[in-house]
Amino acid sequence: MKHKHKFYAINEAISQIKQGSRVMVGGFGLRGYPDVLVEALAESGINDLTIISNDLGSPGIGLGKLLSNGQIKKLIGNYYNWNPDVAQAYNEGIIDVTLVPQGTFAEAIRAAGVGIPAFYTATSVGTELASNKEIREFSEKSYVLERAISADVALLKAYKADKLGNLIYYKTARNFNPVMAMAAKLVIVQVDEIVESGELNSESIVTPHIFVDILVKKE
Amino acid sequence: MINISKEEAKNRIAKRIAQEFNVTKDIVFINLGVGIPTMVANYINNENVFIQAENGILGVGPLAEGDDIDFQLINAGRQPVTERKGCSYFDSSVSFGMIRGGHIDVTVIGAFEVDGEGNIANWIIPNGKQLGVGGAMDLVSGAGKVIIAMQHNGKDGKRKIKKSCTLPITGFQEADMVVTEWAVFSLYQGRLVLQEIASDITLDELKSRTEAEFKISDNLIEFKT
Repeated sequence: MKHKHKFYAINEAISQIKQGSRVMVGGFGLRGYPDVLVEALAESGINDLTIISNDLGSPGIGLGKLLSNGQIKKLIGNYYNWNPDVAQAYNEGIIDVTLVPQGTFAEAIRAAGVGIPAFYTATSVGTELASNKEIREFSEKSYVLERAISADVALLKAYKADKLGNLIYYKTARNFNPVMAMAAKLVIVQVDEIVESGELNSESIVTPHIFVDILVKKE
Repeated sequence: MINISKEEAKNRIAKRIAQEFNVTKDIVFINLGVGIPTMVANYINNENVFIQAENGILGVGPLAEGDDIDFQLINAGRQPVTERKGCSYFDSSVSFGMIRGGHIDVTVIGAFEVDGEGNIANWIIPNGKQLGVGGAMDLVSGAGKVIIAMQHNGKDGKRKIKKSCTLPITGFQEADMVVTEWAVFSLYQGRLVLQEIASDITLDELKSRTEAEFKISDNLIEFKT
């Protein structure tokens, strides 16, 4: 069941996030990330957060701001090369970082969303990222066991929603948003435009509204 | 010791790798990593080749310039790109499904080091200024063929084709081909074989710039620049 009323003011939406929450954030290299929601989270000062995302924006920009503000306890993601503050904070012991190969990261989030607790993959076998993980052979090839990744809250960005919460995306701004929509207990989506239900082409809807809890429109 | 500029070296490598794709009459799907691999696209002239970028696009066109720049349309190196005809978009799990499920025919990827057994090190320098793995491990284990594009030597002539990788590896015996500005090597069952050598370097010089031992192909030819 979902609440019928999905429209929230930005701060009302962000107040659903608690200290210590596991927060998933869509986006890839500052594209397709919910800039207004991230900005509001940075201003909220909520801390001790575990942030689950592909990257962490750039230094002081996007999710990078949460790190500059000291709001992050732990990161689960895969590519922090665009924000060298991450390596520095990790090397100084300020934050904990779990690196997951990007494809395993996407699949682990998808798995969480579809009720699969863990899965085997060939990616990372024989590398440091597979050390201390279960390895099993299938048809004479080795695979590593990876666990699903879920969150308390997902902060996402879509291009357009209808009033029910059906979503469509724009070009490469889609990235992790559709899978994250399935993997969090509470899904908050920032959109550019909201139209009447029935106005989006049913064949083109990427994320059906069953996965969406809260819509916030970028003003 | 002969030397060429960094730019010339990179272009030479990109140009040589593009030749792998310019003859195919079948539809081929490739993924290009950042750096030299992205430059390969500049030399591909075959509409049968479809470039995939792991951030969710199949059918990457040329880099976008001027009015064509759309901030939301980028490749995995965050460069603004264009769409080619037949382009499609999808989410990250479908994108990596293509890669991990064996649907991508070739990945061209850079490396810090590669060794004589085909191990690749390209994701991290321990305790360095960068922390990230990206899609490298998925690509080297999932793509049909792995082509390494890198300059033969690093700073101060440091040899990058090692007996054994010294940095953390990205994949175990995953490299199939190594292309540098001086040579083309193939890897077969854990053995490095010299297939092509540039006309402006001698075999002895190539050996001195390569730490790994390599076999010389019976069909050794001149590097097609």
